[in-house]
Amino acid sequence: MRKPLTQRFLSALDRKSALALAVFLALTLIAVPLLHLLVPPDNAFHVSAYAITLFGKIMCYAVVAVAMDLIWGYGGILSLGHGLFFALGGYAFGMYLMRQIGRDGSYQSDLPDFMVFLDWKRLPWYWSGSDSLWWVALLVVVVPALIAFVFGYFAFRSRIKGVYFSIITQALTYAAMLLFFRNETGFGGNNGFTDFKRILGYSITSPYTRLVLFGLSALMLAATLIFARALVASKYGRVLTAIRDAESRVMFIGYNPLWYKLFVWTLSAVLCAIAGALYVPQVGIINPSEMSTANSIEIAIWVAVGGRGTLIGPVIGAFVVNLAKSWFTVSFPEYWLFFLGLLFILVTLLLPNGLLGLWKKLRQSRGARA
Amino acid sequence: MTRALFLFLLYACCLSAHAAPDAALVRQLADDDSSVKVAAIQQLTLSADPDTLRVLAAMAEDGLYLAGDQVVIIDGDKAFDAATGTPIKAPENAESVTINNRIRGELASALAALKLFDTDVNVRLASAQKLQSSVSGEMAPLLARALEKESDARIRALLTLAHAQASLGSADPVVRLAAVRALSETSSPAIKSVLLPLTDKAKEPDNRVRFATISATKAIDARLARAENLGRVFSGLSLGSILLLGALGLAITYGVMGVINMAHGELLMVGAYAAYAMQSVFRSYFPQAIDWYLPAAIPVAFFAAAAVGVLMERTVIRWLYGRTLETLLASWGVSLVLIQAARVLFGAQNVEVSNPSWMSGGIELLPNLILPWNRIVIVGFALFVLTLVWVLMNKTRLGMFVRAVTQNRAMAGCVGVPTARIDTLAFALGAGIAGLGGLALSQISNVGPDMGQGYIVDAFMVVVLGGVGQLAGAVWAALGLGVATKLLEGWAGAVIAKIAVLVFIIVFIQKRPQGIFALKGRSVE
Repeated sequence: MRKPLTQRFLSALDRKSALALAVFLALTLIAVPLLHLLVPPDNAFHVSAYAITLFGKIMCYAVVAVAMDLIWGYGGILSLGHGLFFALGGYAFGMYLMRQIGRDGSYQSDLPDFMVFLDWKRLPWYWSGSDSLWWVALLVVVVPALIAFVFGYFAFRSRIKGVYFSIITQALTYAAMLLFFRNETGFGGNNGFTDFKRILGYSITSPYTRLVLFGLSALMLAATLIFARALVASKYGRVLTAIRDAESRVMFIGYNPLWYKLFVWTLSAVLCAIAGALYVPQVGIINPSEMSTANSIEIAIWVAVGGRGTLIGPVIGAFVVNLAKSWFTVSFPEYWLFFLGLLFILVTLLLPNGLLGLWKKLRQSRGARA
Repeated sequence: MTRALFLFLLYACCLSAHAAPDAALVRQLADDDSSVKVAAIQQLTLSADPDTLRVLAAMAEDGLYLAGDQVVIIDGDKAFDAATGTPIKAPENAESVTINNRIRGELASALAALKLFDTDVNVRLASAQKLQSSVSGEMAPLLARALEKESDARIRALLTLAHAQASLGSADPVVRLAAVRALSETSSPAIKSVLLPLTDKAKEPDNRVRFATISATKAIDARLARAENLGRVFSGLSLGSILLLGALGLAITYGVMGVINMAHGELLMVGAYAAYAMQSVFRSYFPQAIDWYLPAAIPVAFFAAAAVGVLMERTVIRWLYGRTLETLLASWGVSLVLIQAARVLFGAQNVEVSNPSWMSGGIELLPNLILPWNRIVIVGFALFVLTLVWVLMNKTRLGMFVRAVTQNRAMAGCVGVPTARIDTLAFALGAGIAGLGGLALSQISNVGPDMGQGYIVDAFMVVVLGGVGQLAGAVWAALGLGVATKLLEGWAGAVIAKIAVLVFIIVFIQKRPQGIFALKGRSVE
């Protein structure tokens, strides 16, 4: 008899991971909200709104990192286009937030301010229905999935791989960025979507909304990890890893790599898009620069720093790099790019398996000595 | 006898009319009514003699005065009678003749027209050129007279056109027809707009003239469109050369060596900053030879970028051969470091690199087709760099070694090629070529720390489209992309054209992953 899906997913976790995940959820869903709401701001244990937004944001990044790891670490395909999927999710949800502003914008119109500014009389067709949360949630999933599916189908069918694939995903993202920068495409041009006021009628700046978004990000991260764990432990995951290591051999055995790659690629895109949708209400803005080449490559470095081919590695990488980024950009803004650049170089040269690999090596050498 | 005397007087009169402007008309210049003044200016212009020029020039410079009933020119403390030009005593109660903007404009065109009769050919030519944009119907007789006297062919051509334009308003359909026929040979948008009213039945009653005009405007349109397309093809070629300059270095590092160098854009930046540095050096030490900073910057840009390339290869790239994805990430790291280094050294703002004076201006092939010198120089420079690369790769020992190592590293090593050193040199060569590309880019676009980022995607597209390992492929891809982009821009706008080209490349690579020119061989993976 087949086990129920949830049980199968959960049973893919070993005891230690399950414990770690439970602790993580307890911290983010119970401890942090209590510390934020009940402990007075001058107390050392108070969790500030800044910290909640920062960590909420980083958890979204961590989801993206796991998505990237599924395709790069397990599938061997380096995508430089994940910024596109992240931004697409963000834009879809951003439009919902724009519609929630209602008549409170500077022009007191039903249309978003930037459309009034461009003298548009009605919403373009592709944004119709964007005032409904459910429709937008559907858009967040379906649009990136479709784009990824179609693009991936043609790319993988022609057996484009390695650097070629990286470069054309980069070109795709670049083309999309140019398109979104245009005023007449209906994505707000340079400024993108911003000045959000409400979600489902609740003020976006209230501490409760912030905590709910934070909690959702944490849940999303946990769910992504559990799902990814089940995926890579399954037979599918094994075939995927085999394709990464020796595609021709897998083909000769009788598997068609196209569908294996296409599934993980589309899944990865959808995870990115959901992370983008959660990210936008927390930072309060989405604009085309999210699709810049630099952003997409940065995702790869989170994964590389943490350790490719492990699931917890990318999460660690996303936290380490982004915490370093927020510390550097406040304390030494002029050194951040030096640090990031050197990180790219040193991690690829010296830590091919990331921090996790380093830790394992240290433990092994200590074990060998003992 | 009386009759003879009368004839003599008449003759004398005519003579004096040639020598001096009509006193009555001159008097009207000082009339209170602006319309009378304008009419007088036009009448006087028709006589076209040097004295008229003198009077009108004085009037334009507020040097014309009315003393009682005599119009005088006062220049400093000297005074002349305006009509005869004889010196007189400066009058006490002279009143300045006021001129408003309408009269000022009338005077300007009258003075320009009168310069058609100057003795200096160049003055006449300049005047005829200036006239083209402001021909009015009243000027027809004047232009006809100038045409009679003119002997220079270029000026005659210009005057014929001007005369034809002026006689479009003639009451005689035959004159109009001749004018339209003369104008149909031209290819300027201005003349087309002059002709357009004559295609309207309400304004042109004569059928023959109207039909001639319609076919004339069509002929002009066709010529204009041809010039426009030629212009697009040329700007496409120049864009193609820019793409080629951006991509040639990459064609060596990626195409031949298989190294994904994401810092390629920053090597371009190094070349551009080298141009800036040389410009600063020339400004402070050789200001008289400032125009030559650019040729002097060529070796500097090459070696600066090549030095960065050697450093990169020795410290980073070398350890990652065969691991392309890692090379991509590490070289991206290098690019971030280089960008930040440029910010620290030269500031975050764009720096100003000016074109040498010999690069400004252009060649006017047709009235609406001007080829700017800086674009022509860039096309030429791209050819120069291309030849350089071709010679280096195909005619030198280094090139032979590079090709040998590319084709069979182990065997090349066996026969004594120092493969490691060849890798470094080839990478340095690619970087140096990128530096030259950057030098060229500094002349046509902004020079700033982020400039490289804009070219990296384009450069990769060129190399990938052309086919890896193929210099010829890169050339065709760059020129093709350049021309295609510019032709698309003509009807879809710059950004849409760029997006369309990117999408085309993405689709193309799916169809033909090996590029336009594929290496024939067995290596599949």
